[in-house]
Parts: sequence; structure tokens; C-alpha cells
Amino acid sequence: MSDPRHNSSELPSKPPIWNDPKYRALFFQIILVAALFYFFYSLVSNTLGNMEARGISTGFAFLSEKSGFDILMSLIPYSSDSTYGSTFVVGLLNTLLVGFLGIILATLLGFTMGIARLSKNWVIAKIATFYIEIFRNIPLLIQLFFWYIAVLGVLPSARDSHSLFDRFFLNVRGAYLPAPVAEDGMIFTGVAFVIGLIATFFASKWAKNKQIKTGQRPPLLLIALGLLIVAPLLVFFISGSPLSWDVPKLAGFNFAGGIEIIPELFALLLGLSIYTGAFIAEIVRSGILAVDHGQTEAALSVGLTPAQNLKLVVIPQALRVIIPPLTSQYLNLVKNSSLALAIAYPDIVAVFMGTTLNQTGQAVEITAMTMGVYLVISLSISLFMNWYNAKMSLVER
Amino acid sequence: MFVTDKILPELPAPQNTKGIVHWLKVNLFSGPVNTILTLFGLFLLYKIVPPAVQWVITDATWVAETRDTCRGEGKGACWAYIINRFDQVMYGFYPADERWRPNVAGIFLVLLAIPLFIEKTPKKAWLAGFILVIYPIIAYFLIRGGSFGLVPVDTNKWGGLMLTLIISFAGIVTALPLGVILALGRRSTMPIVKSFSIIFIEFWRGVPLITVLFMASVMLPLFLPEGTDFDKLARAMIGITLFQAAYIAEVVRGGLQAIPKGQYEAASAMGLSYWKSMALVILPQALTLVIPGLVNTFIALFKDTTLVLIIGLFDVLAVVEKVLSADAAWLGFHTEGLVFSAFVFWIFCFAMSRYSMSLERKLDTGHKR
Amino acid sequence: MRKSLFLGLATAAIFSTTAQAGTLEDVKKAGFVKCGVSTSLAGFSAADDKGNWKGLDVDVCRGVAAAVLGDATKVKFSPLTAKERFTALQSGEIDILSRNTTWTLTRDASLGLNFAGVNYYDGQGFMVSKKLGIDSTLKLDGAAICIQAGTTTELNLSDYFKANNMKYKAITFDTNDQTIEGFKSGRCDVLTTDQSGLYSLRLKLEDPNSAVVLPEIISKEPLGPVVRQGDDVWFNIVKWTLNAMINAEEMGVTSKNVDEMKKSKDPAIGRLMGGQGEKLKLDDNWSFNIIKQVGNYGESFEANVGAGSPLKIERGVNALWNKGGIMYAPPIR
Repeated sequence: MSDPRHNSSELPSKPPIWNDPKYRALFFQIILVAALFYFFYSLVSNTLGNMEARGISTGFAFLSEKSGFDILMSLIPYSSDSTYGSTFVVGLLNTLLVGFLGIILATLLGFTMGIARLSKNWVIAKIATFYIEIFRNIPLLIQLFFWYIAVLGVLPSARDSHSLFDRFFLNVRGAYLPAPVAEDGMIFTGVAFVIGLIATFFASKWAKNKQIKTGQRPPLLLIALGLLIVAPLLVFFISGSPLSWDVPKLAGFNFAGGIEIIPELFALLLGLSIYTGAFIAEIVRSGILAVDHGQTEAALSVGLTPAQNLKLVVIPQALRVIIPPLTSQYLNLVKNSSLALAIAYPDIVAVFMGTTLNQTGQAVEITAMTMGVYLVISLSISLFMNWYNAKMSLVER
Repeated sequence: MFVTDKILPELPAPQNTKGIVHWLKVNLFSGPVNTILTLFGLFLLYKIVPPAVQWVITDATWVAETRDTCRGEGKGACWAYIINRFDQVMYGFYPADERWRPNVAGIFLVLLAIPLFIEKTPKKAWLAGFILVIYPIIAYFLIRGGSFGLVPVDTNKWGGLMLTLIISFAGIVTALPLGVILALGRRSTMPIVKSFSIIFIEFWRGVPLITVLFMASVMLPLFLPEGTDFDKLARAMIGITLFQAAYIAEVVRGGLQAIPKGQYEAASAMGLSYWKSMALVILPQALTLVIPGLVNTFIALFKDTTLVLIIGLFDVLAVVEKVLSADAAWLGFHTEGLVFSAFVFWIFCFAMSRYSMSLERKLDTGHKR
Repeated sequence: MRKSLFLGLATAAIFSTTAQAGTLEDVKKAGFVKCGVSTSLAGFSAADDKGNWKGLDVDVCRGVAAAVLGDATKVKFSPLTAKERFTALQSGEIDILSRNTTWTLTRDASLGLNFAGVNYYDGQGFMVSKKLGIDSTLKLDGAAICIQAGTTTELNLSDYFKANNMKYKAITFDTNDQTIEGFKSGRCDVLTTDQSGLYSLRLKLEDPNSAVVLPEIISKEPLGPVVRQGDDVWFNIVKWTLNAMINAEEMGVTSKNVDEMKKSKDPAIGRLMGGQGEKLKLDDNWSFNIIKQVGNYGESFEANVGAGSPLKIERGVNALWNKGGIMYAPPIR
């Protein structure tokens, strides 16, 4: 702290301590810490006191108790004999699933519509505009109710299912697909696929190097196709096609066997991706508009086609503008997936903060865990997108 | 030097660059891909628009005494279902004799707000301040009653569109100052203040509103000393305010960052204290800059108010979804209810988003191609 | 930062002012009873188009308000979903939970709650669409079942299907209204809840006769009002409000004849009409007010769920003990 003023004796002496910004800051912060401390202290003591006075059980022991209820959809084996701990995991996985699929669908829809809105084709541009202006201005909850009714209303009853090749079925209870059942020897195909994945990784590095050195671009797509699909397929057939299909069959009320995709998931994905897609479309549009028109003119004048221009020139530059707001849309999508409880999709809020909370009564622990999950998801998405943003940002040479 | 030795073939006459044919050619049928897209688009519109218009307008029933009038072959939407109980959609369970009070409050607000949209109004900031600080107090006493000889009307009787508007307006009024303070805190040089603000903002932005509302509506009393009591609406408002403040803080922070450093330096060179330089120099500029962002946050808040349905408050969606549909004499008009409430929200949000876009254009002094 | 500091201190100051008072004092001070009810279940608790709550469960709360405040209208109703209800009661958001809630050991012992009695003996039943042609629950193997989240029915259902070696898909909705919407749309074959609830929900079908309630009852569901543990004064008041209503029916005291009955020579009726208030820390007119303003249990039953209502549920096990049922209240003496 070498303040020149202090060296000179002509200047007035140091300001009084209560006017010195340094001490002031210190003072305010001490008060803030004290206030916060007091606030949290009284919060915790109130809560504990209230819980004690009302005889509410506390602690996390309930997580290992038997749950006793069933859940519509689970990505891990789950039955009513499982614990409350597993209801947490089931709900969490269901939330992650819908968040993941929703982000993919919303991104596809959003980019398509954002580009379509800038299309020279008047009809297409207008349709995209209508889509955006209608869906982003209606609350998601209403849209979810609507899609749930629409999905259930359109689909036929179990006995009049739509079917495709007698393998795929669609009715009001959901979509039913044949499930692959691995037999002995399937492991070879899996190994071949993993090897292919690693080889593709190296091939892409090699291709990039070659392109930088020689300007020639090797046909990477073909190589990857061969490594990832053809080679494992060959292994698959050589090892004697060790795979059978569990085809869904109509039994009693409904189809049994195969993979079941519940209509709640359809409706939720539809609602989330259409709603979020409208926002993403606007972000994409403004991102593209932010790219200087000279870039497009330059690209077209060196002979790129409009499609190449979009892919190689405009979008990479637009992405820098797009990514930060896109991140918050992804976060919103994941948080909005908690509205699942309005349409019976068993996400973490419905299963854990809903049923489990009610059966155990341990509101504080369960709410804290649920909020913790969302915070972790939000932070992870933020971190990932920051990393991606850094990777995409302008490299000054 | 290049000299041609034969006569060039005649070029076709320049194409007509005016008229509908040219427009169609350029905009719709400029190539095979475009033509296919156009036809596909037109087909989509044909499939969606006429049936929707028929259902909503031409085949709809507007007046009906009983449910049977609405039902039948070729009948569209049954708007009579909504119209017959329109009062409830607007006011929830607010007593009929007292409905002039929210009406007066609403008209007063509109009258106050109109000058804000007129360019030449002097002292706009004072007017805005009045709307944000004094008006809510007046409106509260008017609608809640209990003093000045007005019959008290409990908040659990409030409902419908009135409640939606009250929640969103009160939400922005309470969240704005908190959001500004948090934004200042996040840009503060004091490490503890700064980290507190960051944690606070990121926490509320990281959790879904529905969990916040659940906490506020059923768990809050558990955190408070025994005997402290808030109204259910007040508790929901606390949750919404904290949640919204975090979003507003981020918008305001954007505005603060956009103010050039010279402004801060000039303010402190003038000998203004921190608060004075913020209040007199920085915030007026920053807040003007972020009005479009604030309007967008408000739109989000407005749409989010529908979630109060889940904690048992009767906003416009809840009235339509739960109260109207419970009438045994009018079963089976779920879709009408949803479409109607979607329309109500759409009108408000669309108008506000247009307003925010026009502001953005006005404020945008940058270079555009 | 000064402002936020003051805010912080002010809130902290609010938080620290502890007021250790019983629910009774709180209610008297506030001037109303905070009562948790269902979001909408016709006959038990449902708001009419004016926002007035009506139903068997609502009457318990109105009875408590009449007993404590002398005015049955001084009740603030909080509509709660099944999964919010216990948290709302634990946290103190409501004073009584009267929301067709089943009395079980876990709830009584580990949730910090006390059940103040039973105002409706129920059991879990099933409703199916008539066109499925099913007449027994044992034929429901593989069915999709609509159910409300956070209820004992979820647990019973699992037990019952496991015991009978059947499979099912549970579609768990947040509210009763949503379960019936799911049933209507064909998302599920079966709707299950307490049997009384089935009759009530069936009225929400466009054609109530298109669905049948199966005869089997797979569980015991004693429904009753609940209060927080650790406040015995309040617990007693709620308990004896309910008992007074049942006793009044047994003695033939109704809201119509209560004024004449006050002059009755029968000492039992005399005790019902007054003299016991002090023991409950209430004034002497407490039971008179209940009967006068709300009616006895039988009246409430008939008007809300019985013959006088669209539900038309028989008294069955809910008849008085001396009329073939099990409704039995300890004597007021």
C-alpha cells in the first residue's frame, strides 16, 4: 500500500478511521458476516426446535427403508421392495433422461426454426415466425397440460394399437419397441465397437493433421463409418448373430415385453422442446444476424454454396454469440422439467419430493436433497458450456 | 486486347422486377428445393389453419344456457363455458359487491402508466417511482380492505386474472430493488459481499421455481419461530421475489457492465459517495439500458405465475382448470379452458415482448447493416 | 450495502421473536381456524362456485371454529394436495388437517402428528370402465392404474398386487382431479382410491354409469382429522368436537331441535349442552354452537355424502354403533 499521499507532510493527515474506505469495507463485511451468521443460526435453531417440538423424525436413515410403492418408469431395476434411496436414484435418472433428450430435441428444433425464420422463402419464414411468437408467449404449464391431453387423445386404445411390421406398437399406454436381448458372444461385438471408437478418435486426429499439412481432407466420414458400423457388424455376423429380440405382445390389458416408452415422456418432451425451441430459435436468429453480412458475401464470392456458407462460415461465428444465452436455455429446460409432476411423469420432484416426502414426512432433508440435485445439474451444464465456449471462442493468431 | 468477332446472341428481356409474379418467383419458387419447401409449408398451413379457425370461431358456441347446446355433431369450441362464468375467471372468489375495488385499482394503474409510454412526459422517473413504490400500497389497501371503511377481503378469496396480475406486478415491485442491490453486491470490491451475492444469485437461479414455491408454501413456517404467521399468498410472494430477484440481478449486472469506466471515475472525482454515485450517475443509465431485459424477465415472471396452481392458489389457469371444470353441469370442456388461458397469457406476453423489442430498437445506437 | 445489511438485521430480528403459544391461543388471537382440506373432492371438501367450502371434512373444521370462536364461518381453508398435507400441518401452516387422511401407525408415531378420531370409515376400492366387463379385482393383472401421489392407497395397491401375484402399472398423479382425467382419457384401465372417493370422482365422468365400482375393498382406511403432536389442549378440542357431533346424533340432538333440547331434563343431554367447556378450556356453549351451526354427525353425513347429496353413499359401517355401524363416540361426562 504505497500511497503517495502518505509521504507528503503538506497534505491533510489520514482521514478519520470511519471515513477510510478500507476500514469501512471491513466494518460492513464484518456486520454482514455477523448478520448472516445470526440469520442462519436462528434459521437452523428454529427449524430444529420446531421439528423437535412437533416430534418429526430427522436424519437420513429413511433412505435405507423399504419404499413400498411402485413407480411408472424406471431406468434401473426398481420394485416396491426397493429403498427410498433407490426412489431418489430413479427420480434423478428420469430427470436426467428427460433433460438430456429435451436438450437435444430443443436444440434441433430451435436451430431449424431460427434458420427458417431467416429463410428467403416467405412461407417458411412466416411459419417459423408464427411458431416462435406463439409458443414462447404461452406458459409452459398450459402447454404441458395441452400436449398431454393431445397425446392421449390422438392415440388409440391398447386393443386398436397402431402397429408397424407387428414389431412396433403405439397406443394410449405408450410406444412399444422390440428390446434387444444379448446372448453369449455379444461381448465380441461390443469390444469391436469400443476398438472402433478409439480408432476413429485417432483417425480424426490424423485427418486433421493431414489437412493442416497438405490441405487435403481425407474422407473421414467414410473411415468412421467403416470403423464404427461395418467392422462391429462383421464381428457380429462372424460370431453368429448373438442377439435376439424381445417383441412386445398383447396380453390381457396391454402389451408386455419389449421396451415401453410412456406417453407422459412423449408429452413432456414435446412440451419442453417446443417451448424451449422457440427461445433457442430467437437466440440462433440473433446470433446469425450478428455475423457481419460481409462474411457471407465473401464466402459466396469465393464460391461456397449457401449451405456451405451457413455451415462453414456463418454458424461457427454465430455460435460465439449464441452459446451464452443457449446455456441459460438449457438450464431452464432442466429446471422446467420439474413441471413433470403436472402430467404424472415420475421425475425427481414427483417421485422423491412428492411421494417419498409424503410417506416419510422428512420435508427438510428431502427438499434439500432435491434442490441439491438441481444445483449440481445446473453447475455441471454451466461448466460444460463454459468449457465449450472457451473452445469455440476466437483464437487470435 | 479482346475483341469479339461475332455478334453476341440477344439476351432475353430483363425480368419484371415488380408485381406479384416476380415476388412469388423470388420468394417462393426460386429453385426446386425452395419450391418443395413452399409446397410443404402451404400444405402444413392448410392442415392446421382452417380446422383451427373452424373450431375456434366459425363452429364455436358463444351463448348457451346448458351444456347440451354446446354438444353435437360439427360443433366447435364451447366459449359459453367460459363466458357464463367470466366473472370468476377475472376475479376468482372475490365477492361480487366489492369487485369495483380491483377495477378501480386497475384503471388507476393504467391511467398512471399511459404517460410512461408517451415520449414527451416530463419527470418520467418520478412517475415510475410512484408506480413502483406508492401505488402498490394504495392498491393493497384498496383490494385487501379492512381499513377506511372497506370490507376486508381475505387473500384466499383473491383469484383469477386479478390474482395473476397482482402476483406478477407485486413480484416485480419487490424483486427489482433486491435485484439491484444484489447486482451491485456482485460487482462490489468487498470479497464477502461479492461472494455472498454470487452464492445467493446462483442458488436461486439453479433451482426450479416449483421447489421454491413448495418450500415457501408449506415449509416456511417450519423455519420461523413458532407463532410467526404469514398469509399463503404472502409466502408464495416471498418465494417468487427471491427467485425473481436473482434473475433481475443478472440483467442489471449486464447494464452495470455496459457503463464505461469513465462514468464511475467521473462520479468519484466529483466527490460523490458510493451510494450517491450509484443513485445519481450509474443506475439511471444502467437501468434505462436494461429496460428491455427487465421487460423480458417480467414476461418470464408473468408466465411463471401459473405455477401457483400447484400450491393451491387460484390464478386464472387454476380457476379454469379446477373451479370451472368442477361444475358437474359443464363437464368435458377441458380443452376450451386451456386454449382460453393460453390466449390470455399470450396476449399479455406478446404485447410486452413487442414493447421490449421496440425499446431495444430505440435504445440500440450501434451500427447495423 | 447498508440497505441489505439493515434488511438482514431486520429479518433476523423478526426471526428471533419467539412466541411460544398454544394453537388455541393462536387461533383465538387470529380469529379464525386454519384448516387443510383437499383440493377438491365432492362430499368431503370441495369449493362451490362462490368459493364456499362444503363437505364432511369441512364440517369438522367448521365445528372446531364454532366450538372455539363461536362462529362456524371463521375458518380459513387451505386446499392441499396429498403430498403437501403433512408438511403443511407439521410446519404450522394449518391448525387442523381434515382431508380424508388415513390413520396409520407410521403417520401417528413418526410424522409428529396426532389423529383426533375417525369421521369416516373407508376402504380402498377400484373403479373400472363398464365396457371392460370386469367384475373382480382379481382380474386386474397387467392393468394400468391411476392413483394419487402420496397416499396410503399407493402402498396398499403394491401390497395387494404382490399378495395376489399380479402385475400393474401405477400412473401417479398429483391431484384427484388429474386421476379422473387420466381415467377418462383411457390412460389407465382402473382408478383406485378410497371407495367414498370413487363415488365422488365418478360424478366427474360425463356418463357416471359408464364406470363401475368393483365390490372388493382391499384395505382399512379410517379417515379422520389430524393435529400436530405436542399440543394436548388443541388435540382435545378437535377430538371432542368430533365426539360431540357423534354423541349429538346418538341422543337425537339436531341443529333444528337444539334450542328445545337445551331445556331437556335428560342429564346426558344436559352435559352435552353445557357445563363441560372449562375442561377443554372453551366456553360453556361450545357444543351447543357446534350442533346449532354445523349440525350433528348424521346431519353432516346426509347433507354431504348421504341421501341428500349427489353421492348417495349408504351409512354402512359409518352408522352409529347402535344402528349396525361402528361409529362410536366416548361419552361426554
